[in-house]
Amino acid sequence: MEKRARFRSRWVPYALLAPQLIVTVVFFFWPAVQALYQSVLLQDAFGLSTEFVWFENFKILFEDPAYLTSFKTTGLFSVLVAVTGLAVSLILAVFADRVVRGAAVYKTLLIWPYSVSPVVVGVLWMFLLNPTLGVVAHLLRHVGIEWNHLLNAQHAMILIVLAAVWKQVSYNFLFFLAGLQSIPKSLIEAAAIDGAGPVRRFFSIVLPLLTPTSFFLLVVNIVYAFFDTFAIVEATTQGGPGKETEILVYKVFNDGFKGGDLGSAAAQSVVLMLIVVALTVLQFKYVEKKVQY
Amino acid sequence: MIERRPILDAISHAVLIIGVMLIAFPIYIAFVASTQTAEQAALAPISLIPGDQLLHNFATVLQGGASANVDISPVAQMMWVSLVSALLIAVGKIAISMLSAFALVYFRFPGRRLFFWMIFLTLMLPVEVRINPTYKVISDFGMLNSYAGLTVPLIASATATFLFRQFFLTIPDELAEAARIDGAGPIRFFKDVIWPLSRTNLLALFVIMFIYGWNQYLWPLLVATEQSMYPIGVGIKRMIAGGDAAVEWNLVMATLLLAMIPPGLIVVLMQKWFVKGLVDSEK
Repeated sequence: MEKRARFRSRWVPYALLAPQLIVTVVFFFWPAVQALYQSVLLQDAFGLSTEFVWFENFKILFEDPAYLTSFKTTGLFSVLVAVTGLAVSLILAVFADRVVRGAAVYKTLLIWPYSVSPVVVGVLWMFLLNPTLGVVAHLLRHVGIEWNHLLNAQHAMILIVLAAVWKQVSYNFLFFLAGLQSIPKSLIEAAAIDGAGPVRRFFSIVLPLLTPTSFFLLVVNIVYAFFDTFAIVEATTQGGPGKETEILVYKVFNDGFKGGDLGSAAAQSVVLMLIVVALTVLQFKYVEKKVQY
Repeated sequence: MIERRPILDAISHAVLIIGVMLIAFPIYIAFVASTQTAEQAALAPISLIPGDQLLHNFATVLQGGASANVDISPVAQMMWVSLVSALLIAVGKIAISMLSAFALVYFRFPGRRLFFWMIFLTLMLPVEVRINPTYKVISDFGMLNSYAGLTVPLIASATATFLFRQFFLTIPDELAEAARIDGAGPIRFFKDVIWPLSRTNLLALFVIMFIYGWNQYLWPLLVATEQSMYPIGVGIKRMIAGGDAAVEWNLVMATLLLAMIPPGLIVVLMQKWFVKGLVDSEK
C-alpha cells in the first residue's frame, strides 16, 4: 500500500529516520556483526592472541554434550511452557466467553499478571516452593512429595515451567478471548438449532476456527520460552541443579558474560540468531495478511 | 448466549473462579508474608492470615535497603531508577518510531526500502543473542551506570514503527493533499494532523512500552554495575542472593509487592489501552 499524497524534501526523511537508524546500527547491527566475527575466532586462555579458525567454534560447540543437553532442555522447556500455557488459557477463555455476569471482572483479574516482571515471578514461585519455607512445598509434603528443586532436576524444571506459564497465561487468554469473540455467532446458533450440544459445537466449530490464533500463540509462546525467560531461570534455579535447567539464553550469559569464553558465546549467539530468524519468518509468514510491506 | 444451560453456567463460573484463585494465590502469599515480622515469615509454613506489619515493612524497605544481611540501596531509589528508565524507554521508543514511520509513509527517497528492512531486522536481534558485544559498545561509550546506557539501546523498535506505519497508511490521502494545497509542509502536517490523530495509538503503545521498560532485567544486569543504578528487578535478585538463612522474606515480599504496583496499576486502570496495545503490537 502506498500513499498518493507525499511530501518532497531532500533531507527531511533522513533527519526523521536518523535517530532510529543510529540506535539500530550502533546497538544492534554493530554488536551482531561483532558476534559473527568473534564466532570464527579462537582466543587463548589469557586473551592475548586470537586466531582465525573458521567454523572451529561451532564444531566444538556441537560436539560438546553440555550444549546438546542445553538444546534438549530448552526444547523440553518451551514445549512444556507452550502446551500447558495454551491449554490453561484456552479453557479459561472458553468459559470467560460464555459467562455474561462478571465477565469484565474475570477478565481484569486474569490479565494483570502480564505486568509482573519475570524476575519477580521467579522470586515469587521460589518462595512458594522453597523446600524449607514454601507454602506449596509444605502442602506437597502432606501428600507425600518431598519437594526440593535444589536437588531434583525434575522439580527444578517444573518450577521454571510453572513460573513461566503463570506469567504468560494472561497474554494467551486475551488473544484466545479475542479469537473466540470474532467467531460469527450465526455459525454457533445454526449448529445449536441442528441439535449440536456445547461440547460438540466446541470441537466441530470453535476449535477449528481458532486454529490461526492457536498457531500464532504457539509461535509467540515458543519465542517467549526461548528468550524472555532468562530472568525466571536466573532468579530461581540459575540453571541448576547441575546444568539441568540451563536453557540456551542462560548458557550464553553464563559462558560468555560470567565465564569469559567469548568464542563459544559468540558461536552460541549466532545459533540463537538463526533460531530467532526461523521463528520470525514463521511468525510473519503466518501474519503476512495483516502486515503489508 | 445461545441457550439456557444453568449447569454449564455454574461450571463456567467455577472454572473461572478457580483460574482467578490460581493466578492470585502467589500474590496473596506474597501479601501475607509482607505483613508479617521476619520471625513469622521464617516459620514453615507461614500463617495464611495477614499480620499487621505491612506499612512497617514498606517503610523499612523504602528507606533502608531491604535486608540487614545484604547490602543494597533503599527500594525507593531502585524504584526511582526503574520509573525513570521505564518512562525514558516508553517515550523514546514512541518518539523515534513515530518519526521514522512518518518518513517511511509520507516520503519517497533513495534508500527507503533498505531502511525499512534495517528496522525490520532488529526484530531478529534480541538483547539475549548479542549480550557480550553490546556490553562492549556500551562500556566503550562510557555509558555504564547511566540512564543513557540503561535506555538508549532499548529504544529502537520495529514493532512500534510498524504499528505507526500501519496506522498512518489508514489516514485518508485527502488530508495530506488538503494540507499541501493549503501550503503546509511536512512538519506542520505532522504537528497539526498526524499528532492529534495518533493519540489513541500513542496511549496504547505507551502502556505496553512502560511495562516493557519497567520489567527489564537482563539489560540493567549488564549495564548497572553500581548499586545506585540498580532498577528494582536487579535489586530483588540481589536481596535473595544470600541464601536461605540470610533472606528476610517479609522484606523481600514487601519489595516484590512494591515492584508490582506501578505496572499493575497501569494495566488495571488503563485496561482498554493495554488490550489495544497488546493486540495491535502483534500485528
